[in-house]
Amino acid sequence: MKLLPTDPIKRLSLKLAVTSFGFLLFALFVMPPLYDAFCEITGLNGKTGDKYEAVDAVVDTSRDIKVQFVATNNSGMPWQFGPEVKTVTVHPGEQTRINYRVKNTTGKDMIGQAIPSLTPYKASSYFHKTECFCFNQQALLAGTEAELPMYFIIDQDLPEHIKTVTLSYTLFDVTDRFSKEELLSMVVTDQ
Amino acid sequence: MAHGPAKGITRWLYTTNHKDIGSMYLWFSFAMFFLGGIFALVIRAELFQPGLQIVDPNFFNQMTTMHGLVMVFGAVMPAFVGLANWMIPMQIGAPDMALPRMNNWSFWILPFAFAMLSSTLFMDGGAPNFGWTFYAPLSTTYAPPSVTFFIFAIHIMGASSIMGAINIIATIVNMRAPGMTYMKMPLFVWTWLITAFLLIAVMPVLAGVVTMMLMDIHFGTSFFDAAGGGDPVLFQHVFWFFGHPEVYIMILPAFGIVSAIIPTFARKPLFGYASMVYATAAIAFLSFVVWAHHMFTVGLPIAGELFFMWATMLIAVPTGVKVFNWVATMFKGAMTFETPMLFSIAFVILFTIGGFSGLMLAIAPADFQYHDTYFVVAHFHYVLVPGAIFSITAGVYYWLPKWCGNMYNETMGKLHFWLAFIGLNVTFFPMHFSGLAGMPRRIPDYNMMFADWNMISSVGAFLFGAAQVLFLYNVIATIVGGKKATDEVWENPEGLEWTVPSPAPYHTFSEPPEFKSSH
Repeated sequence: MKLLPTDPIKRLSLKLAVTSFGFLLFALFVMPPLYDAFCEITGLNGKTGDKYEAVDAVVDTSRDIKVQFVATNNSGMPWQFGPEVKTVTVHPGEQTRINYRVKNTTGKDMIGQAIPSLTPYKASSYFHKTECFCFNQQALLAGTEAELPMYFIIDQDLPEHIKTVTLSYTLFDVTDRFSKEELLSMVVTDQ
Repeated sequence: MAHGPAKGITRWLYTTNHKDIGSMYLWFSFAMFFLGGIFALVIRAELFQPGLQIVDPNFFNQMTTMHGLVMVFGAVMPAFVGLANWMIPMQIGAPDMALPRMNNWSFWILPFAFAMLSSTLFMDGGAPNFGWTFYAPLSTTYAPPSVTFFIFAIHIMGASSIMGAINIIATIVNMRAPGMTYMKMPLFVWTWLITAFLLIAVMPVLAGVVTMMLMDIHFGTSFFDAAGGGDPVLFQHVFWFFGHPEVYIMILPAFGIVSAIIPTFARKPLFGYASMVYATAAIAFLSFVVWAHHMFTVGLPIAGELFFMWATMLIAVPTGVKVFNWVATMFKGAMTFETPMLFSIAFVILFTIGGFSGLMLAIAPADFQYHDTYFVVAHFHYVLVPGAIFSITAGVYYWLPKWCGNMYNETMGKLHFWLAFIGLNVTFFPMHFSGLAGMPRRIPDYNMMFADWNMISSVGAFLFGAAQVLFLYNVIATIVGGKKATDEVWENPEGLEWTVPSPAPYHTFSEPPEFKSSH
């Protein structure tokens, strides 16, 4: 190799320096995506998938799955936020709509972002959302409120032993991440 | 060319001499040891009684954070690098380190890193207060503004460590005396070679994790922020991927030091040299696959809990080999108990106690009870104080006569040992009990039921601190005077460092020595 110096000390030092730089790149650019991929495959951190395209499927009426809905405000998020119903019972394969209600109780325009988490985590990859407010941010003008719909299907392949799943949304204040114009273009109304 | 050090302050600023740089590392480490010790005494003074007496809770948190950071990155790691600088060239028969100019640079950026880190104590909002493990989002969303200085200080320390590690590997690989094959190197050289590889692998990961924090705080990314699609648990995975090898970085060179000292004072060759080398390598390898045992309570899948539990317990095997070898070396030896030997024997016993509490913590279901309690504090102080600190102290007493040409005062050395030994156990042993009873870490106030154990711990801590002042006095007294040391210093010690005069001349082994191995 012409690139490497001939002096053995310089040669080894250069290799070691490149190796250590490689580990920096590994930490910055490989570990976070690897973790995300790992979580997506195993469902480990309870994150549910992106938008699901519904496929024609038989509704399995022999099974009843209880789905519970939980809402939490992250610290410093003053909005009122909660599901309209706390529990529904569904059959695998059927599409169900449920609504969350959200109200900006403050005197300023704000943007919220709901982050889902599902337990048991083994059910994460069997919980499909065809529409969800959590795919976007919600901007609410001061004092306004909105109904946030979410359509979901539980996969027929959901493991037999799972009878109840709990879907939790945590609402974060992400107002600082957007400009005023962006906020106004994102304002949600009742659908 | 003059064959001595330059005069004045520029000797220290411009020096490329491994002995000068080693001394500077050691003095810097000593200073940081006292700074971190003062922080620890603030903690113990506050915890002397339940209730809030001396400091407010936020400052208390700054003290626990700064104590950990200063001791890990400022005291223990630079001390080992200092010993490596002094001893590795002398033990392998090399005239200096392979990259002397970079050696100067890797030392001189350290004081700036710690000046920057310490300056955060005087900033608005105070110093970092999120614990030395700086878990996100405590260290990102909820951090004081000084966190940015902390991040850059960590970057500089990391750069220093990586340069030091490159230098050590380049020296060991290229500059050994003729005839010194890898399996004939002294164990201190071996353990440092392996440690240096660990540093090269994981210090960049530490730099990576603080860089991600910096991006999250200032540049709108969301590596660790769930609101933007990130995950705070990712922080813990990346941090402990660095953090677990880091704890071995702080103990492997210690293994090398006691493996040099015990044979000298047992007057027997080290038992099981080859198994020592393989055990060190095995521990280093295993350190990369056990990181999540720090995270048993974050919600790992059962398969993960089991894997990390068993992998962690597996480390007890090579560690057990080492403890067996040290004991076998002493067995039927003609032992004498000079200060370095006392510290080394205490190392073997107390490090083993710390290892056993580590095994208890490795049991995943039991860890849910112990997690974040004083039992964990007791465990890692039992491996770090008698492990790292005692071995460094032993190394200083063992090699100090070679460095400065004078014998230390044996009575004073023994007094230092016994005060430190008693102080250490009085401080940290009761923490096992308060921890098992449920006392959480990192709190300034606690339930009345923990009052007695805490009072005992605090008394022990001040005793331990006082013992270290005696250590400082001993070192200074030895440097300025004392009985002249012989070239061999001890009775038939093994190693090339004892073939040069005492004090070691400014330049040693300008010609490669003849090396004859005894094993």
